[in-house]
Amino acid sequence: MTEFLQLVVNGTALGFVIIFKATGVINFAQGGFVMLGAYLTYQFGTTWGLPFAVAVLLAMVATALSGLVVERLILRRMVGRPPFALIMITIGMLFIIQEIVTLIWGFDALNLGDPWGLETVQVGEIIIRVSDLWTVGLALVALGVFFAFFRFTSLGLAMRATALDQEAALAQGMSAKRVFASSWAIAGAVAALAGVTIAAGPANLTPGVQFLALLAFPAIILGGLDSPGGAIVGGVIIGITQTLTAGYQGDYAAFLGPNFQTVMPFVIMVLILLVRPYGLFGTKEVKRI
Amino acid sequence: MARHNPEMVIDYGDDLKLFRSRLTQVAMIVVLLVFLLLPLQVDDFWLGVLNYVAIFAIGGIGLNLLTGFTGQVSLGHAFFVAVGAFSTAYLGGELDWPMWLWLPAAAILGAVIGAIVGPIALRLSGNYLAIVTLGLLFLGEHIFSNWKSVTGGGRGTRVDAPLAIGPIDFADLELFGSSYSRQQGLFWLLWIVVAITALIAKNIVRSRPGRAMQAIRDRDIAAEVVGVSLLRYKLGAFAVSSAMAAVAGAFYGAAVQQFVSPAEFGGQLGLILSIQFIAVIIIGGLGTVYGAILGAIVVGALPRIIQEFSGSLPFLSSGPGDDGILEVSSFNNMLFGLLIIVFLLAEPLGLAALWMRLKAYFKFWPFSY
Repeated sequence: MTEFLQLVVNGTALGFVIIFKATGVINFAQGGFVMLGAYLTYQFGTTWGLPFAVAVLLAMVATALSGLVVERLILRRMVGRPPFALIMITIGMLFIIQEIVTLIWGFDALNLGDPWGLETVQVGEIIIRVSDLWTVGLALVALGVFFAFFRFTSLGLAMRATALDQEAALAQGMSAKRVFASSWAIAGAVAALAGVTIAAGPANLTPGVQFLALLAFPAIILGGLDSPGGAIVGGVIIGITQTLTAGYQGDYAAFLGPNFQTVMPFVIMVLILLVRPYGLFGTKEVKRI
Repeated sequence: MARHNPEMVIDYGDDLKLFRSRLTQVAMIVVLLVFLLLPLQVDDFWLGVLNYVAIFAIGGIGLNLLTGFTGQVSLGHAFFVAVGAFSTAYLGGELDWPMWLWLPAAAILGAVIGAIVGPIALRLSGNYLAIVTLGLLFLGEHIFSNWKSVTGGGRGTRVDAPLAIGPIDFADLELFGSSYSRQQGLFWLLWIVVAITALIAKNIVRSRPGRAMQAIRDRDIAAEVVGVSLLRYKLGAFAVSSAMAAVAGAFYGAAVQQFVSPAEFGGQLGLILSIQFIAVIIIGGLGTVYGAILGAIVVGALPRIIQEFSGSLPFLSSGPGDDGILEVSSFNNMLFGLLIIVFLLAEPLGLAALWMRLKAYFKFWPFSY
């Protein structure tokens, strides 16, 4: 199950990677968008009674719009500032989004109202939750769409070019403003989707959803911050080691304490980073002297 | 030779001066008088607030050395605060060491663990370093909640470390025949520690190591080229900053809270605490020692003041069943988020820069520059 969860988190991880790749900003507020997307789905679907799929789509649009607003109002003024300032400003945003969401929807666990509920299907000997199947399916579709988007559309090309060299891209007539804005919008939409899959099925919708986004960090850092493929590989590595740790650590390394698997991702992350400082597939930063 | 303007630096000796002008010397005496007399004038609630501010000032000065002067981003400051708090709980509380032993022990422990983490900063920078130090919070929470004999596990532990130097017990102060309340005694103790911390930090930044650290912050490769050892100064910055965080944690446990639990410093609450320390240096001013104290006054005092007066603010609810729409703690988090954003957008160098601009304005008045 953990790998599945981790794949879900990849939905968030992708959002991080997209913004980082295009704008060089690590978006700590991604967790806030995940939360916002899930709660908006609840609002549209359960409170207003719209069909679930429509609710999800609307939530994605709304979260994308809020991504746009944030980029226009705050992040655009921060272009060229040191990474520290950018990290801090997105953390400030996370605090605000999180409190606004709990202010509107409260702290109680809500039922997202997804059509899958607790249904399961049996494949041979294995029983799988329908919501997990959807999660994996959606993650794969999202991945495919991203790959195609970056590879085949002009906006995707502009994004890659801007990431590579902002000035050269500008000289070729690509608008950096448009690239930045659209990357924030896309990341917002992905975050909403991730939020829905995290809160669907047996899990309820609680403010803790945004916390899962923090757990996506080891996966993306491990894979390399600017590599969408790396995020997937990182997610799988972490999912598997987590499951293995949960299974064997009690027998072989009991002194590490119960629930060691929850911090295992961070241990792996530190170890791998010490060997490869830019992650497994990240681009090594070239320093000008 | 005529005396030159004391603000003008014309040789190395001027650059090293602690108090540049007659005015700063006078200001220092005023600060000293305020320090001595304030506890006699102000009631215990406000002293409690100021004691809380002192904790943030100590930790903030430490973080400013690391982030403001050396340019290493750390989201793991709360972890080192926890190291100080739990070592004090164990050494001062369980083993009953006197303060002149447990305080240096906490600082040394913080420095050692900081020096162990430091080399990571040699390999990583910027975003990667930020996230690894974030991982420290989660690892820390796991270690602290499982090391039950020292930390009391998930339930937490009481910290009753003695707060006395020789015959002077700051928790129950009696001097020259008159006795003072706990808050009064602690105020003097904590702000002495703030002053010592600030002096240490100032001495570091105005001399050779400080220049090396700032060179690393501005361009680490250039610094290395002119002969600054990255290993030595990054490690040193981590060690000193962590030691100061541990001292802050020691007093947070022993003097202010008297009870600490792993959840306060790990995971999400730990992140909030780390962010509060970062808010201290952003609001106060990155790369100035007194800025950290200014920032600590804002970050340490605001939540307490808001809590105290939440009854008179209609939109805040101070407890369950109250009819405000916002919880006080939620409001505080939102306020910090907002303050960080506003300062980064409008005044990246914080209150210290505002103060310098004000000073410059009056110095050159009536000319604009």
